[in-house]
Amino acid sequence: MARAVTQKRKIINTVAAWGIGLLIFFPILWTILTSFKTEAQAISDPPIFLAFDWTLENYGVVLERSNYMRFLWNSVIIAGGSTILGIIIAVPAAWSMAFVPSRRTKDILLWMLSTKMLPAVGVLYPIYLIFIKLGILDSRIGLVIVLMLMNLPIIVWMLYTYFREIPGEILEAARMDGASLKNEILYVLTPMAIPGIASTLLLNFILAWNEAFWTLNLTAAKAAPLTAFIASYSSPEGLFFAKLSAASTMAIAPILILGWFSQKQLVSGLTFGAVK
Amino acid sequence: MGQIKLNQVTKSFGDVEVIPPLDLTIEDGEFTVFVGPSGCGKSTLLRLIAGLEDISSGHIDINGSDATNVPPAKRGLAMVFQSYALYPHMSVRKNIAFPMRMAGIDEAEQNRRIEAAAKALNLTDYLERRPGQLSGGQRQRVAIGRAIVREPAAFLFDEPLSNLDAALRVGMRLEISELHKRLETTMIYVTHDQVEAMTMADKIVVLRAGVIEQVGSPLDLYHAPRNEFVAGFIGSPKMNLIKGAEAEKHGASTIGIRPEHTDVSMTDGMWKGRVGVAEHLGSDTFIHVHDTGLGDMITVRITGDIQAKHGDTIYLTPQLDKLHKFDANGLRAG
Repeated sequence: MARAVTQKRKIINTVAAWGIGLLIFFPILWTILTSFKTEAQAISDPPIFLAFDWTLENYGVVLERSNYMRFLWNSVIIAGGSTILGIIIAVPAAWSMAFVPSRRTKDILLWMLSTKMLPAVGVLYPIYLIFIKLGILDSRIGLVIVLMLMNLPIIVWMLYTYFREIPGEILEAARMDGASLKNEILYVLTPMAIPGIASTLLLNFILAWNEAFWTLNLTAAKAAPLTAFIASYSSPEGLFFAKLSAASTMAIAPILILGWFSQKQLVSGLTFGAVK
Repeated sequence: MGQIKLNQVTKSFGDVEVIPPLDLTIEDGEFTVFVGPSGCGKSTLLRLIAGLEDISSGHIDINGSDATNVPPAKRGLAMVFQSYALYPHMSVRKNIAFPMRMAGIDEAEQNRRIEAAAKALNLTDYLERRPGQLSGGQRQRVAIGRAIVREPAAFLFDEPLSNLDAALRVGMRLEISELHKRLETTMIYVTHDQVEAMTMADKIVVLRAGVIEQVGSPLDLYHAPRNEFVAGFIGSPKMNLIKGAEAEKHGASTIGIRPEHTDVSMTDGMWKGRVGVAEHLGSDTFIHVHDTGLGDMITVRITGDIQAKHGDTIYLTPQLDKLHKFDANGLRAG
């Protein structure tokens, strides 16, 4: 009997998991489907699920009207740059918090996280003014810095959690074995933390890629990434859902592919420490 | 060469003083065991010697030169940790090679030493494996191998056997003792297990609350414990400590008699009691005797075939020349 119940449970769990998964994925699926419809079919009522005239026309129009490659390149630089810069700053920070904690370490961590509770729009005006003063409005470097700062608390937290899992005795063993601080970090700590650093890199790249508030507000043309590329198909031209969907699909495709290939790493990174 | 000398060493964590001023000399080539109940500061003391913790005051000399402010990497000591602390991402060979790599020893010499250590520790077949693929005992051997190859001035062992099962522990105990005989290098070994201390040590340092209670050879400690604490801590089963009128008869505040120094009879003797639990180990039997009127339960060891059953009346007679006497302060008297 016990076996039968377990089996039933398993089926319910599987169905529920797939159901929730599809529910979450549905908007993305719908966007992708819509991108292959004509504008008329895209807004038809009732909506058409699959039985429409599949067309690539929207993609042709979008590629013709905007320089996709330039937006893509900006996205890569801004997301990649902010992530790498963030890691470079966060590794030593997380290192010291994990291995030489002070009485205030926990407070500092919470304080850092609390900055994420502030609505971004609350600091838009001052940051906008600073950007004007520094002359970095609509520049990649400006966005790299802002996005790095936005994500830094998360990077530090993630790395801190990872480093905490590395037993201190192993580092002490390295010290006893005659390793200098540099060698201890290079040959012992970093190799052991590589899975953690990789997950952190991935997650933050995705967060930075998807970031829309700052990228839309601090760019105009030169540094505009894919978020701006999508936005350019929404408001100004009215309700061109099919083209908007095509632009969205093109914007999320690279990160979707990256996520697909690294999902194992991502999942293990996000559940690190939860499962032994 | 590996003489280690502690002069007025203290250690405080915040406001808590875990090691009050302490002096200790460990001679070159000596196998010294720090033993004491958990929280007595024995591991802290070892970490102070290793340099993994900074001392609060005093100084530490290694081989006659002041090492107080020398970082652990430069003290020339090797340490074996309780958790083994192997590098999980490196093969056994690379683990053992690591200290030599850090010291810049050339590769041929590295390999020679690795082969020698692997042979001595039965690790030859496992050199290409990762620590995760080894059993507890093998991991411990790798940790020891990693310590040997750098030819340190002294070895520090921090409860190295407490993660092993009982049978393996006895085997490794022997291996470490043999290693010491062969290398004749100073070894400092921390344990809470007084059996390990008794069987391995040249010199035992008994610690309680950061204070050295007694320093001496295992048999010194066994025959002439300096105070009640050492008397109760060294020896297994524990020495019976008796207070009150019976002690006063012998002119002491407390008397102590070891289980093995008490004669047992079913017919007559000095103290009369009732048999509680009898633990049969085969070679020995430990009998817990109640209702002797001496306060606590008395444990005795018998080697012969006494058929004592639960509830039987039993008579005990301490061997008076083996009686330990302590004064009101718990210190050895006479």
